[in-house]
Amino acid sequence: MDFTYTETQDMIRDTLSRFLADTYDFETRQKFINGDTGRDPAIWTALAQELGMLGAAFAEEHGGLGGGALENAIVMEEMGKVIGIEPYLPTVVIAGGALKAVGGAQADAMIPEIIAGNAIIAFAYAEPQGRYDLANLKTSAKKDGAGYVLNGHKSVVYAAPWATHLLVTARTGGGQRDADGVSLFLIDAKLPGIVRRDYPTVDGSRASEIYFENVAIPGDALLGGEGAVLPLIEQIVDEATVATCAEATGVMQKLHEGTLEYTQQRKQFGVPIAKFQVLQHRMVDMFMEVEQARSMTIMATLKLGLPANERMAAVSAAKNKVARGAKFVGQNAIQTHGGIGITQELAIGHYFKRATMIEGQFGTADYHMDRYERLALAD
Amino acid sequence: MDMEFSPEDLAFQQEVRDFIAENYPAELRGKQDEGEELSKEDFLAWHKILYKKGWIAPAWPVEYGGTGWTPTQRFIWSEETARADCIRLMPFGLAMVGPVIYTFGTPEQKAHFLPRILSGEDWWCQGYSEPGSGSDLASLRTTAVRDGDDYIVNGQKTWTTLAQHADWGFFLVRTDKDAKQQEGISFLLIDMKSPGITVRPIITLGGEHEVNEVWLEDVRVPVANRVYEENKGWTCAKFLLAHERTGIAGVAASKRGIEKVKAIARTELDGDKPLLANPFFKRKVAELEVDLTALEFTELRSLAGANAGKGPGPESSLLKIKGSEIQQRLTELTLEAVGHYGAPYFRGFGEGDNEHPIGPDYAHRAAPTYFNMRKTTIYGGSNEIQRNIIAKMVLGL
Repeated sequence: MDFTYTETQDMIRDTLSRFLADTYDFETRQKFINGDTGRDPAIWTALAQELGMLGAAFAEEHGGLGGGALENAIVMEEMGKVIGIEPYLPTVVIAGGALKAVGGAQADAMIPEIIAGNAIIAFAYAEPQGRYDLANLKTSAKKDGAGYVLNGHKSVVYAAPWATHLLVTARTGGGQRDADGVSLFLIDAKLPGIVRRDYPTVDGSRASEIYFENVAIPGDALLGGEGAVLPLIEQIVDEATVATCAEATGVMQKLHEGTLEYTQQRKQFGVPIAKFQVLQHRMVDMFMEVEQARSMTIMATLKLGLPANERMAAVSAAKNKVARGAKFVGQNAIQTHGGIGITQELAIGHYFKRATMIEGQFGTADYHMDRYERLALAD
Repeated sequence: MDMEFSPEDLAFQQEVRDFIAENYPAELRGKQDEGEELSKEDFLAWHKILYKKGWIAPAWPVEYGGTGWTPTQRFIWSEETARADCIRLMPFGLAMVGPVIYTFGTPEQKAHFLPRILSGEDWWCQGYSEPGSGSDLASLRTTAVRDGDDYIVNGQKTWTTLAQHADWGFFLVRTDKDAKQQEGISFLLIDMKSPGITVRPIITLGGEHEVNEVWLEDVRVPVANRVYEENKGWTCAKFLLAHERTGIAGVAASKRGIEKVKAIARTELDGDKPLLANPFFKRKVAELEVDLTALEFTELRSLAGANAGKGPGPESSLLKIKGSEIQQRLTELTLEAVGHYGAPYFRGFGEGDNEHPIGPDYAHRAAPTYFNMRKTTIYGGSNEIQRNIIAKMVLGL
């Protein structure tokens, strides 16, 4: 049993943290998220080519640093600290995770493209009727010669406006909510018949509603076995959920630190409001939530390799705790700031918005508590 | 970073399991199952078995009688003893005054007291709180005045746990009335059989006699029994509080506690289903489990920090706050789970009285334990004081 980071892991964190301190201050971020495309592509390129950061979680044979889930967690936590909108989660954690799991020629072809910063991959999995049920799919992929024809509507696909590729879940068989018949495709984002409606998200990113209208896709776009990849999708979504918990830890830490700083500057009744015990104790409670979020993230990261049921229970425990903590820390950060906290002016509100979206991402606290109970708490 | 036990750790785990299975006293197990209050002899029985094995003080340095275990082995030890529902040894000697003596004591104090703590020969109690000094401990007014080679001690201590059994007590006393509060306190080891000491029981909400008032009237204490310098006792007190707080998380015991609650809720019926199938009850158990996991991994991270050379610091206040809240929620759920049979008041087996308590075995201690465990957020520095400590020492406020 060992709870220390390796030297390489420390180095990844330090390098990324220094880079983001130089390139990702709040004003700069606001400028590019409010620009036409909502991002600064030079940052992604630098992450890939100057820092080698997009390879941290890939094997050396693909040109990576040989890391995995812990490295993803480190990157995501640092991204959380700057409320970064870079598409690391869908590209590296999710699509990269799927490619690592599937292996073979598809992995050999795509992973180097991800590491080089050439590929941005959005994850089109959610549908209007499905909430957090990964198997609840109306999107269909019908066999057509050597390939498939894709039809359906995917909801709130983060990073889709920037994507070179889409990772799509679709039914190749079975009923709308069956475990069997779920397939996974990695396709070019610009194929004819893909219609996007792009929009900004409340937490500073960009997303799309995606409509597939008789999109002809090649047979080799299929990742894993046809109709048999729900377990794989569950696994990569679990990996993504834990990575999101890591991001939340970074966001929550900054919400807490920002509140500490503000209360030491803001004076009322002739003293800094940090002198008031009621606020001190609230900030201690926030601190404890941040530390516990960090602990749960580490716990779940270390348990990602366990058999599916144990893994899912651990991930759900983590997401439940982190979602509750993110709500508590976010709401109290705003409350402690007072009026200024509800303006767009300060960074704190933008951290709160991201924290709030994280609460529901890949399932709310209640969703994960239900799953935890099913898996870990037999009557 | 990984959670794997090495082959050596696994072998150690097996050794611990075997040892407990072969050596844990059967009559103690029986009393625990019946929910009886445990006597001094009960505690000493297990203490002496561990002493004989050389496993009585895993946290101590080897030179003073520690086991030399790695942090992982110590983790395994606390997991396994909790899993097997072994009683928790009294902390006053082993976890509290022992470390103070080996850290601050004279060679004579170490040579005399440490072996007797290990063997269980001396039972210790803690003379800290006073009627007027609870959270504001440094305001304490018990005085020690020099008279040749002795101090003459006068005052009153309170909440002194199991002082009725104690051979020795460690006391905070005022040796300089004019200095700043924290700078006029000394740390004395006092023989509880000294003339002038009176111990009076305080009965707590669960009906237990756990805590006492201790009156000191012209008690003579040799100066040789002062630990560390005169007026530097606060240093020992702070050191000891940090030590007390780490153990207080009680993760392994709470894990065992949750298993007990689940077992009760699988036995108790709610309609035609077990209580644990009731979604509202089940949700409370699940949230408690999740919160306990968060505490467990926070403690593991803290142990890893301690392993890297950082001693138990102010972050151990977090472990105390969350650990005590969880202990209380456990007793709350247990009481809720037992339903009607939380109400009958079982006074314990009297002389020659073997009549079985009313209701199921798991029920008759549920309410007293719930009442009793309200202490956990109050003792060892109340949770409000712990928040003050974090605010000051960690957040820099």
